[in-house]
Amino acid sequence: MFGGIALIAAGMLFGDIFAVFVLHQNGGQTGQALLGAANAVAAQDSSAVKVAFVQIGNLLEDRGTKVDAHVHMIDAGYLALLLALVQPFVALSASSKKILARLFLTGGLLLPVGIFLIPYVGLAYSPFPVIGWASVLADTAGALLIIVLLVEGWGFWNYLRDRHAGPVEPELPKDRTWERRVLLSGGTMLVLLGFIYGAWYAAMNLYEHENRESVILKDILEQAPGRDLAAASVNAYGLLQAEKAVQIAAHSHIIEFGLLAILLSFVQPFVLLGQRWKRRWVMILLAGSVILPVFVLLELKVGLIAGGIADVAGLMVIAALVGMLVGVLRYTGHLDAEAGAAR
Amino acid sequence: MSAGRRLLILSGIALALFGMLYGLHYAVFVEHQTLDGMGGSLTAAFIQAADRDWEKSESALLAYREAKYDYVREVDLHSHWIGLAMLMIVLGVVFDEVTFGEGVRFAIALAMLAGSVVFPLGVILQTVRMVPLGSALAIAGSALVIVALGATAVGFMRGDAT
Repeated sequence: MFGGIALIAAGMLFGDIFAVFVLHQNGGQTGQALLGAANAVAAQDSSAVKVAFVQIGNLLEDRGTKVDAHVHMIDAGYLALLLALVQPFVALSASSKKILARLFLTGGLLLPVGIFLIPYVGLAYSPFPVIGWASVLADTAGALLIIVLLVEGWGFWNYLRDRHAGPVEPELPKDRTWERRVLLSGGTMLVLLGFIYGAWYAAMNLYEHENRESVILKDILEQAPGRDLAAASVNAYGLLQAEKAVQIAAHSHIIEFGLLAILLSFVQPFVLLGQRWKRRWVMILLAGSVILPVFVLLELKVGLIAGGIADVAGLMVIAALVGMLVGVLRYTGHLDAEAGAAR
Repeated sequence: MSAGRRLLILSGIALALFGMLYGLHYAVFVEHQTLDGMGGSLTAAFIQAADRDWEKSESALLAYREAKYDYVREVDLHSHWIGLAMLMIVLGVVFDEVTFGEGVRFAIALAMLAGSVVFPLGVILQTVRMVPLGSALAIAGSALVIVALGATAVGFMRGDAT
């Protein structure tokens, strides 16, 4: 549980840093490279086109691996939390469960680290023609996660067949506190909003974006020599990509935050904090979960101020997670102290 | 374990496994080829344009457009199937806290399952050039999921579970 929340908080912090220091700069460089390719087309220089596309490929890899590292770390955290919740239904010994938890967290940490290192390590000292050591690290970590999940699944299967091996943990406490209900219903509402927005995006924008991309690319390719329309077309292409990116980011972030709120509702009995602080963190988490996607969407209309507000909202979610994490730590410390006193 | 809860958890696990197997198959046998095709087509469109071979440039651009159309939907299928499956499992864990009678809860779970299967299925049908049927299924599936989620949210907000 602790490792899962820590992975989610670390993944979100990485995402916030990425959004502030890398995302826009990378987009600008990609636009410049595309402009270079467009100018090369106008100058009838096909070798310069190839050079520009190699540069675009590298920039897209750089951006893609950072987004992947962010997403995979958070998703590994979600899975860790989910696994923590189903532990009472996994018929394995306590020591096996502990080893599996350690292996899962190791895999959950090394997978995004490996993905992040892919563009930096490249093919250095690699015995393989196209796969570098960072990819090997990421793939091995991914395999580790799959193995742990399979063993956990086997334990769950044993539980279903009523073969309880080892100590049976207590089930999640039946809890109808304010925090739990607000997180459960708020989380479900966030997921619902994300779905409605996704459906609206698919109906209204998806095909229009695809058509517009083709038109812009055609404009770039068919520019008449001597007329400097390339910069305007590349600018339009960049704006289209930004439009798509913010709409997809709003859709995915609001759903992810909703799922996180639902998962955190289960954890509340293990958050040892005063009621006022527990409620405060719940409200901060939900507020950040709404503000971030809304202001990500507004980024194209309002500009950098909206981007800044979205980043602050991301920090609100991270702060709430860390607050709850402290509560979980206090709970485990309390249990350790009780066990020590009993001995 | 109530019927609705069991339906959500077991079908969620099955759907997640299916989505992961699809993803594995896609990553090993399809994705790299598709990405190569997309990148290659776009580069070719620019190179042919630089060489003033407009016909080849246009056909390369068309190939890029078609490859990207398929790629977006295939990746969406994988992520939505697993995402919906995860949501079903998570909601299944607390489904008994949805404050409706057992019959209504089971109907909600059934709608959630049907929507989670039909919606991504509709998306994939769009890539095999069955666009009208695929779109109809995708719309129906997403509507079912939205209605089921709305009912679940209301159920969580109300008082004690029945």
